Amino acid sequence: MADVILKKIYVKVWRQSSPSDKGRFETYEVENVSQGSSFLEMMDILNEKLVGEGKEPIAFDHDCREGICGMCSLYINGRPHGPDTEITTCQLHMRKFSEGETITVEPWRAGAFPVIKDLIVDRDAFEKILQSGGFVSVNTGGVPDGNAIPVSYEDAEEAMDAAACIGCGACVSACKNSSAMLFVSAKVSHLAKLPQGRVEAKKRARNMVAKMDELGFGGCTNTGACEVECPKAISISNIARLNREYLLAKISE
Amino acid sequence: MSILNSKIPEGPLAEKWSRHKAAIKVVSPANKRKLDVIVVGTGLAGGSAAASLAELGYNVHAFCYQDSPRRAHSIAAQGGINAAKNYQNDNDSIYRLFYDTIKGGDYRAREANVYRLAEVSPNIIDQCVAQGVPFGREYGGTLANRSFGGVLVSRTFYARGQTGQQLLLGCYAAMNRQIAKGSIKMYTRHEMLDIVKIDGKARGIIARDMTTGEIKRFGGHAVVIASGGYGNVFFLSTNAMGCNGSASWVAYKRGAYFGNPCFVQIHPTCIPVHGDQQSKLTLMSESLRNDGRVWTPKKKEDAVKLQKGEIGPNDIADEDRDFYLERRYPSYGNLVPRDVASRAAKERCDAGFGVNNTGKAVFLDFKYAIQRLGEDVIKARYGNLFQMYEKITDVDPYKEPMMIYPAIHYSMGGTWVDYNLMTTVPGLYSIGEANFSDHGANRLGASALMQGLADGYFVLPYTIGDYLADEIMTPKVDTNAPEFEAVEKEVVGRLEKLFNIKGKNSVDHFHKQLGHIMWDKVGMSRNEQGLKEAIEEIKALRAEFWKDVFIPGEMNTLNPELEKAARVADFLELGELMARDALDRNESCGGHYREESTTEEGEAKRDDENFVYVSAWEYKGDDQEPTLHKEDLIFENVKLVQRSYK
Amino acid sequence: MSNFITASIGKKFMMSVTGLFLMMFVLVHLSLNLMLIFDDSGDLFNMAAHFMATNPAIRIMEPVLALGFIVHIIWSLIITLQNMKARPVKFAKRDQKNASSWASRNMLILGSLILVFLVVHIMNFFWKMKVSGDPLLTHVHVMQGGTEVAMENAYALVASLFKGSMCYGVLYILGSVLLGLHMTHGFWSAFQTIGFNNTVWRKRLERIATCFAVIVAVGYSIIPLYFMLKF
Repeated sequence: MADVILKKIYVKVWRQSSPSDKGRFETYEVENVSQGSSFLEMMDILNEKLVGEGKEPIAFDHDCREGICGMCSLYINGRPHGPDTEITTCQLHMRKFSEGETITVEPWRAGAFPVIKDLIVDRDAFEKILQSGGFVSVNTGGVPDGNAIPVSYEDAEEAMDAAACIGCGACVSACKNSSAMLFVSAKVSHLAKLPQGRVEAKKRARNMVAKMDELGFGGCTNTGACEVECPKAISISNIARLNREYLLAKISE
Repeated sequence: MSILNSKIPEGPLAEKWSRHKAAIKVVSPANKRKLDVIVVGTGLAGGSAAASLAELGYNVHAFCYQDSPRRAHSIAAQGGINAAKNYQNDNDSIYRLFYDTIKGGDYRAREANVYRLAEVSPNIIDQCVAQGVPFGREYGGTLANRSFGGVLVSRTFYARGQTGQQLLLGCYAAMNRQIAKGSIKMYTRHEMLDIVKIDGKARGIIARDMTTGEIKRFGGHAVVIASGGYGNVFFLSTNAMGCNGSASWVAYKRGAYFGNPCFVQIHPTCIPVHGDQQSKLTLMSESLRNDGRVWTPKKKEDAVKLQKGEIGPNDIADEDRDFYLERRYPSYGNLVPRDVASRAAKERCDAGFGVNNTGKAVFLDFKYAIQRLGEDVIKARYGNLFQMYEKITDVDPYKEPMMIYPAIHYSMGGTWVDYNLMTTVPGLYSIGEANFSDHGANRLGASALMQGLADGYFVLPYTIGDYLADEIMTPKVDTNAPEFEAVEKEVVGRLEKLFNIKGKNSVDHFHKQLGHIMWDKVGMSRNEQGLKEAIEEIKALRAEFWKDVFIPGEMNTLNPELEKAARVADFLELGELMARDALDRNESCGGHYREESTTEEGEAKRDDENFVYVSAWEYKGDDQEPTLHKEDLIFENVKLVQRSYK
Repeated sequence: MSNFITASIGKKFMMSVTGLFLMMFVLVHLSLNLMLIFDDSGDLFNMAAHFMATNPAIRIMEPVLALGFIVHIIWSLIITLQNMKARPVKFAKRDQKNASSWASRNMLILGSLILVFLVVHIMNFFWKMKVSGDPLLTHVHVMQGGTEVAMENAYALVASLFKGSMCYGVLYILGSVLLGLHMTHGFWSAFQTIGFNNTVWRKRLERIATCFAVIVAVGYSIIPLYFMLKF
């Protein structure tokens, strides 16, 4: 592996000490970053440097660092999760950047995702949507055998395509309207494609859409940006399915 | 006879759990409403426990440090979940799963616990299917299975390479239903910092609201620790950045014995360390070893040239490649268990045959499989893994072999618990990876998800009732009690002390040093001298940490450095206990390899004469050495034999 | 059906249904207009215009069409305003070129320009035919099914506009192109919103949308071009 070192890059970062703070951009220099390092490792180096200077490091969300937990959420050079496709921020590597470049890093911007500190936003709105209906109402125990209800291979695969959503919020930030439709549609589609989820499908679609609207997300105008920037390549066909599910649910109401 | 009472029920193995369930007490629905249960951690174990307990009617208070329970690191499990369903008609059974798990764990787990795990495993699959987990299916609509290393049957259920994610979303959905109903009060971005005991019983926790820095008190009739493993003591591991051992560690300090701390699992197929800027290691699924061949150069000069980047792997002819796993283990070849494969890779690299610029990697080559099966077949099997590898390393594994190296992955050790999953502190439970568990000295692939969900869905909800039935007269816990006052003062005092050190070095500086000591001396290969050195080095590092760490920012705001500092402070103590335990266990078993205990051929040698016990360590105070208690393991149903993969 | 109209999907549904309706109108309108270039005497077009002006079914549809326009326009404003509110703090740097088409992000701008064009268009023709009248519209007699029918000379009105002014020709071509662009997104988006889409149909719909948009843009442009070049 060729290990190219970026001698100097500039990172223009959003700093905001608290939800009520107005916030501003600050630009930092980072030296000697291996192109084999991940973007978050570059942020670690920057933070280490800031700590060394007695300054407060930049707060950002991250956890698993292997692209599955959905915690990392940086808006880099104008794109959610930065300049690559089908990856999360933690999987973005420095070889996507060049010597001397200024990298702009912002938090997700959406009314429904208020900034907590620096680059950390509060995505509790997603959890509230899930609580409004993103489940099958079964208790532990007393369920039929796993093979009692056959599920076609295709349906299981389609359900899985939707269920792969990691709920990071990239779709909301990619959307010009800050719409959460891709997220909601993935959750609704996952259960709508399985017989276990069909039982409550109408109620689920109604409740989750109502909650989504209530929380101040924008509406979908089908630009398709969410699908392109989604780290798990969730298809907007799911949005069509949600529209279908919702319309049918409302008609029968 | 040790003072440890494992409370294993009497009777034949297959009837123990049924008899136990029949014998233990049950709480009436009217009384459940009056009881509060605190669950710390919301991965598969904590999440499933919280949901199931809330469904039963208890008031559950659940805590996680992430912004959502669905981000817990269970989500990263790739391969699958085992269950003794025998859907494949290949003569699988509860007994066979039990036996494989005991044997895979190198005979260092309790028979009764493991049997119960196997017994409830089929229910887990049923439960998950009912929740809408999109398991892989056959064309006829039935559930599909895959096989996994170390076993002869096909019993692993999977949802592509994201089984952990799907199971976690399933149990989080069950939680959400209860959160919406108000039966679970969910506290995200909260970190538990201590446990409060009243009259010797666990009665609550002290937690820090990570957003505001506020220290809060929470009371409950029982406390369940489901905070996962402590692999991050090594700094670099496949664990998430936030994974920590602090909840288990405070439990230990509050009187819960710590079981088998030295048992950690090292996974052989991780993407190697690229340099000192590395923050975490990425696992590549074990399934790759089904089609990849592992090799290093035969000639040392080739290895040196590869390390310098003068030649590429494809420049080395087949006859100059050493397929060392096939050479050493002809019958299992590239599919030897995790611990064996890991040690063999380390042996090659230590001998100077390692590749990558660090010399700490071996090749995993798909050239032969592509020749045999065609690129399309390989793409269908591993396409997304190959893509992930290329994104991270910028190397195309269809053209060049992957480079892999072992990494810390899972901790079999953890809080000691009895058959009811209760620790040595009454009312304090530990489930999932956090307890010392059912995996003995080594965990089989696809068994971690099984154990987490077994504990949470089907074991704890029964056994906790046995304890809580006697607590129905206990009123709601008053968090103004002097015991809460005292513990909160201790917690704040400790944080203030850390914060006010205002030294010169960052938390990561110390964490990395600890990681180096652990990896070199308490890692894949351990010996008496190294372990003794490690104990002293860790002590010295700890002293330096408490003199020289620097935490910027403020106490009472969101402060990731403060969070890390508190966790690393605990790791600096836990690391020492791991070394002590490893020093005591002068045998090689499972993931624990002592250089003093090997066969003439250099393979791991178990010592069943002297070490058929669980080490349970009792905390005696900061300046005192811990006391070792031994729980003898009694094998009535399986015969102990030396593992061989030759 | 409670709250359907105020729900985000409900509002989009209104856009979709009115959009589909307007697209049908655009197609009918185009097919009639193309008669302008197939008969230089103007009889063919005049007959068609006469039919449209006198047929009771078409008369009923006129106010419905107006309503379609009004709903489409008002709802688009409501939706856009609400969507803008969903992001109170904007991104400082935004790079959307890889992720979505310009047209899809700027439907309101396209729609507004089309509206401006529409007003000019109505002033040019509809207003004169229905309200103010125009000397060019003096009756002509056309043989229809063996009898001679008197009707307005709509052809003369159109032909004189394009023959008389290059500017109008260019304006009408521009309007056609804008309409086409609006439909590159609007067409498949309408189907997506009513739920008629999946991974298979997605590609088909997008291709049909492109064809539809090209037909509209080119089809309408041909008419002024024809008059500008031929006369």
